[in-house]
Amino acid sequence: MRNNKTSYLLHLADNALILSQRLGEWCGHAPILEQDIAITNITLDILGQARYFYQLASRVDKKDKEEDFYAYYRNEREFKNLLLLEQPNGDWSQTLLRQFFYDSYCILLYSELEKSKDKNIAAIASKAIKEVKYHYKYSSEWVIRLGDGTKESNQKLKNSLNYLWDFTGELFEVAEYEKEMIEKGIAPDVSKFKTTWFNNVTEIFNKANIEVPQTTWFQSGGKSGLHTENLGKLLTDLQYMQRTYPNCTW
Amino acid sequence: MTAKAISQEERFYQLIDKEEKIEPKDWMPEKYRNTMIRQISQHAHSEVVGMLPEGNWISRAPSLRRKAALLAKIQDEAGHGLYLYSAAETLGADREELIEELHIGKAKYSSIFNYPTLSWADIGAIGWLVDGAAIMNQVMLCRTSYGPYSRAMVRICKEESFHQRQGYDILLTLCNGTKEQKEMAQDALNRWWYPSLMMFGPKDDESVHSDYSIKMKIKRFSNDELRQRFVDATVPQAEYLGLKVPDKNLKFNAKTENYSFTEPDWSEFYNVIKGNGPCNKDRIKTRREAFENGKWVRDAAIAYAEKQKQNNKNGKQ
Repeated sequence: MRNNKTSYLLHLADNALILSQRLGEWCGHAPILEQDIAITNITLDILGQARYFYQLASRVDKKDKEEDFYAYYRNEREFKNLLLLEQPNGDWSQTLLRQFFYDSYCILLYSELEKSKDKNIAAIASKAIKEVKYHYKYSSEWVIRLGDGTKESNQKLKNSLNYLWDFTGELFEVAEYEKEMIEKGIAPDVSKFKTTWFNNVTEIFNKANIEVPQTTWFQSGGKSGLHTENLGKLLTDLQYMQRTYPNCTW
Repeated sequence: MTAKAISQEERFYQLIDKEEKIEPKDWMPEKYRNTMIRQISQHAHSEVVGMLPEGNWISRAPSLRRKAALLAKIQDEAGHGLYLYSAAETLGADREELIEELHIGKAKYSSIFNYPTLSWADIGAIGWLVDGAAIMNQVMLCRTSYGPYSRAMVRICKEESFHQRQGYDILLTLCNGTKEQKEMAQDALNRWWYPSLMMFGPKDDESVHSDYSIKMKIKRFSNDELRQRFVDATVPQAEYLGLKVPDKNLKFNAKTENYSFTEPDWSEFYNVIKGNGPCNKDRIKTRREAFENGKWVRDAAIAYAEKQKQNNKNGKQ
């Protein structure tokens, strides 16, 4: 059994790793060169956040393992990322909407983590929040642009919303390992973010001519290691080299 | 011909003679303009197509540190592509048209990117050999006669040398690793060596554009000169890695201080240029798909910008 703090750090790290793995798929394939550069920039920021959290997790875990161990040698059921983040890129609207949901959430999360009683977590969050604010600007602008662009782009955004919305409920669920962190003032209680997040999403959606779905049922499980089929395939790719040639230096 | 036109022409050749740069607004002969557009756009296409073979390993990079470095490198290449398209636009070319020429197979790009990346060591080999060969060319191009191209090259060269060191470091790590890792590195060198030699273009006596380019100080050294420099610089680096250059005739000549080496198979070179390399079709298909799939995104961005412009106008009234 891992201690709760390690699990919590792995949750934060896995969020960032899995999303950056997805975003990296755009590199070389984006709709225009300028956006290729921009999306890769965001990928790099988020991959950097993953590495900070894994490095801290490895110090807390005290198993004498380095960051790569956590990324490359754990199986699907051990990953604690939000389901939203492992969903495929789909088209540009699906990627940017996923990003917008996550950025809106991370602004709230990292602003609170900046005040964490754990100084190391606070330090990572205070660096990350600067990046996240830029990501948020980028993704929210794209949501508005696509929603208020052409009929076709509006429809595509709606399709993506229809697909992704079910995964947004999990953002506000508290996992078992998180409870102790909340009690100790290390982590914020994410269930309290729900209203602010929802209001913000509504505001942007109004500008994008799309409506917030009225669904009350959401998918759940990622934070405690129960994933969609998408994660296994993603990890197969991610972990291929380390699993094929174990214990090498790269 | 009018007196004014002659003086413009004279001025142009004077600038070339005096080693001064030709700038976008200067008069230039059509042949010079077209040569520059061809060369700069080919270079831009090479950067953008060159993102693909390396991109093939982003998802599978063997460590998070290497993954970040690879992403950053490919992002640099996109940036180079962007400067270069802009440099071509200073000559009156249109970026969309240039890209269209790439997509219909009319425009060329560096043939090296039509070879596949089959193992992680290929990412090291591309950095070391392909970027290494590109640097040989590009260092020369920092002094090229067209101002915007020359300035773009100065910046690009700095980033390329960093990429080359990074590639070499990947191979160094492999060569200090397990037997399998070292074999991976040797296999990569075996496959990338001759295609890298081909990067300098055909032999001097068969090179179509070389004479004019040298006369116009677009190029400063011939293909064969650059190729020789590359071999001389690279062989000792391979020895340091403990890898064997796949050429039985490779020999150091103490008198000339050059290596003599086996020429690449030029029939393969022309075959790949013609479109028959292992990845030509895939590379163009991938680029075309990215562009076509992105059309609705670009259309939406334009439509939105138009609406904003209209709203601002109405707001001001």
